[in-house]
Amino acid sequence: MTKMQDAQNRLRETVKDLFAQQKVDLVVGFEAGSLPLRTRVCFLTSADEADRLVWNAFCTNNPAVYIPRLFQRPASPREEYKPPKLGIVAKACDARAVHKLLEEHQAPRENVTIIGMPCRGMACRDKVVIQAGDEVVEAVESTEGAVEIKTRGGASHRFELQDLLQQACLDCPQAAPEHVDVQIEGASRRDTTRRYEGLKNFEAMSADQRWEYFRHELSKCIRCYACRQVCPTCYCKTCFADMAKPRWTGAGDGLSDVMFYHIGRLMHQAGRCVECDACTRACPVGIDLKTFTRKLGKDVERLFDYVPGLRPDEAPLLCAFEDDDTEEFVTDG
Amino acid sequence: MVFLCNWCATLAAELAGSNRLAYPAGVRVVKVPCAGRINPLHLLRALQNGADGILVFGCHPGDCHYAKGNLLARRRLSVLKGLLEAVGMEPARLQFSWVTASEGSRFATLLDRAVQDVRTLGPNRKFVKNPAAAG
Repeated sequence: MTKMQDAQNRLRETVKDLFAQQKVDLVVGFEAGSLPLRTRVCFLTSADEADRLVWNAFCTNNPAVYIPRLFQRPASPREEYKPPKLGIVAKACDARAVHKLLEEHQAPRENVTIIGMPCRGMACRDKVVIQAGDEVVEAVESTEGAVEIKTRGGASHRFELQDLLQQACLDCPQAAPEHVDVQIEGASRRDTTRRYEGLKNFEAMSADQRWEYFRHELSKCIRCYACRQVCPTCYCKTCFADMAKPRWTGAGDGLSDVMFYHIGRLMHQAGRCVECDACTRACPVGIDLKTFTRKLGKDVERLFDYVPGLRPDEAPLLCAFEDDDTEEFVTDG
Repeated sequence: MVFLCNWCATLAAELAGSNRLAYPAGVRVVKVPCAGRINPLHLLRALQNGADGILVFGCHPGDCHYAKGNLLARRRLSVLKGLLEAVGMEPARLQFSWVTASEGSRFATLLDRAVQDVRTLGPNRKFVKNPAAAG
């Protein structure tokens, strides 16, 4: 039995226990997907469904996105509010997102049981396909740290997970999920020294080059809002981009409107984005959103020593201030 | 576009006016109760509508009429400015300054210099919504 399967079995047993002790009545986790290299989020309502859960290098989704909806209050005040007792399988980024949502009162703390997984990072599907050079028809995480795939052309490859990591995993500020309620044992990724390394190319560009990159990437946008829908911390009932009064921005795919939407969304994510890259994965036209979310996150960390979801008892970034906040952007007389 | 908070910034502007200090043409003034009232989306809208530069004037930290509005604005505007500069906007197009009510001539100088900076950069072409394609 591989170590990954160990963790998977431990997870399944833990979930069965949580149901048995009635600590949870709903568990959100990952199950096998219908396509290779993919898992999908599953919703379990009893212990006998627990064996559907999987844990492998393809558990990329951020299940925290479901929390605002699961804990939504009924429309009528006369209806009784019956929130679920939720157990959520979480990687480090997922746990940060859950804590951000709890801080923003999207769920009662006592109703959420965070199940921290031993996360060694997730495989980036793009990297796998590029390195395989062909369509992947089968993908398995076999012995620890390796991903074995078969391609449509019949070739077999074995890649080290460390060479396939998503940008989100390379940039992760945590060695393992923190502030969780239950921790599944297993080896986690320890290397947090590569944070923001991938941003260096963008930062080294001149202002005009950065503008051209931004413009080029965003010109692909078709305003499908997949980025917003998949983001755990985007849960406004009416998004600013959909408002008619005031009409902040047009809904079309003209560049000016597209930029307004994305810069606006980034501003609303300042101090809230946990850099899980769900937006980048969801984008159907392949916009490099993660470069911009990283730039935002890096600035926030540099200016205010703030990493969203890392320290749950900290005040939210833009609701607070310090007397010695930076004045580097203020024009002096 | 110049945003003035209703308290220190407006008083400084009026002091400049009563001292007959000129300020450049092409400046549109918007009075807000406090710099903290400004939604970053307002500033993006200004850029989209063709503003070549945006200046925000508020009270010095510690002097805000509403106690902490300018302190919140400081964080918010810093993040916005950092983000816009990261995607290639020229830094001089968005500026913010603190003035007290008695700093009439300093206000005029800051405003003058900022408008000059923006004029040197030329019109804002990057963010403006093309009027011909507006729909």
